[in-house]
Amino acid sequence: MKPFDYVRPTTVEEAVAAAAQPGAVYLAAGTNLLDLMKGNISRPDRLVDVTHLGGLDRIEHLPDGALRIGALVRNADLAHDAEFVRSYPAVAEALLSGASAQLRNAATVGGNLLQRTRCAYFYDTASRCNKRAAGSGCDARDGENRSHAVLGWSDSCIATHPSDFCVPLVALDAVVEIEGSNGRREIVLDELHRLPGDTPARDSTLEPGDLIVAVRLPPAARGFAAHAGYLKVRERTSYAFAVVSAAAALQIENGKIKQARLALGGVAAKPWRARTAEDVLRDVAPTADAFQEAAWRALGDAKPSGDNAFKIELARRIVVRALTLAAAGTPARLPPLPASPFASTSGALHV
Amino acid sequence: MNHSISLTVNGARRDFVLDDPRVTLLDLLRERLHLTGTKKGCDRGQCGACTILVDGKRINSCLALAISHDGADILTIEGVAHGDQLHPVQAAFIAHDGFQCGFCTPGQIMSAIGMMREGQAGNDPERIRECMSGNLCRCGAYAGIVDAVLEAQGRMDETNQRRSA
Repeated sequence: MKPFDYVRPTTVEEAVAAAAQPGAVYLAAGTNLLDLMKGNISRPDRLVDVTHLGGLDRIEHLPDGALRIGALVRNADLAHDAEFVRSYPAVAEALLSGASAQLRNAATVGGNLLQRTRCAYFYDTASRCNKRAAGSGCDARDGENRSHAVLGWSDSCIATHPSDFCVPLVALDAVVEIEGSNGRREIVLDELHRLPGDTPARDSTLEPGDLIVAVRLPPAARGFAAHAGYLKVRERTSYAFAVVSAAAALQIENGKIKQARLALGGVAAKPWRARTAEDVLRDVAPTADAFQEAAWRALGDAKPSGDNAFKIELARRIVVRALTLAAAGTPARLPPLPASPFASTSGALHV
Repeated sequence: MNHSISLTVNGARRDFVLDDPRVTLLDLLRERLHLTGTKKGCDRGQCGACTILVDGKRINSCLALAISHDGADILTIEGVAHGDQLHPVQAAFIAHDGFQCGFCTPGQIMSAIGMMREGQAGNDPERIRECMSGNLCRCGAYAGIVDAVLEAQGRMDETNQRRSA
């Protein structure tokens, strides 16, 4: 690990000023950053530790019905908040399907949004990678790429965004509150992560010094609590990133879908909101045919980036199943294996 | 630049001067305090051998910078027994052969203690497997580990019932 300076600001303003310097990065829990630094993938000159800043670790219910989640709230604390689970079950399920219990106890909300791809060529400093070293090339294109992107990828990068948490968040129109050199601003989560294009080294639209201070779920996000879920296919039962995942949320009235929300994970460099699929689900009955049509639309622009054509059909099936489960109703309790398509009756062997 | 931090480790306050901010909690425990029960397996947050409790919660100590945890209360495997009296989870691991080579065992035990405090698994073997998935055992002693955790959880439930009776 390259040596670095460590600074611990006491206010958000100090933090932004310290992190706006070239070579500076924010440190929250460090569960992704330290891993990247140990592997020499990230080589910052300065760590700006935000974990001691006050007021960023709160879950607040705002008067308008929105929920404001401080950027330093730990993944596990959010996922086990009883009121949160009731109101946003798909988000809680996604959180609990990610990483391990130890990592969820440490990892923060803001850090989860800004975690980097787990593309093996990004991690291997002997490989060419346009995301790690701009202009060096992409060894993933002709490499082991069965887990790579099928939507929104470019010739310079086929990496995927690894977050589970972001998938239901983007479906529910989450808003990201940012403190930067020019003060506070906010953007919808869908505008935080970038598609690679010719500049895959930039994961997000954030500018130097920008600090995510909170994620907000707007009042309407609560309206899907009765019909919502997150489904995630992994290479092993637990503690693995998604091959493909989907968050589905429905509002059903008088036997018809009033509103649908759908987003996919593991398929692109950002959590993938499937608006064209949502459109065909409005004012129709929640039938298998409708869900099939939605799935075809959701993957309409998909194309393999390597040995991963299977992911397109897999994603269609995950979409249909996620919508079917959501239509059946959010279960009273989270399943024993959150988000697993293989979760069966409790007590089954999965080792 | 030197940085001073203080931690409570297994009940005792310890002060440190760090001449390099790169030190992880794992390296601090092993190299500075010679508490080598906490193991360095992958050193990348994938195996769970370095699991400790920080402020009562289990985390991977290999992915935690010591300097960022100034003031934290830390419990390691060396701090869970009372003298010669093993912690119930330790005793249960022995009773159920919850290990073979033993390298992952301190992390497994700390993770199990943390999991029981979290109260999210209960006595459901499927939930225990899910909630312990951050601890790998390359000898494959998982069946014994789950049995040990089940027994320890059962004993804890009995104790709590007796206390509340």
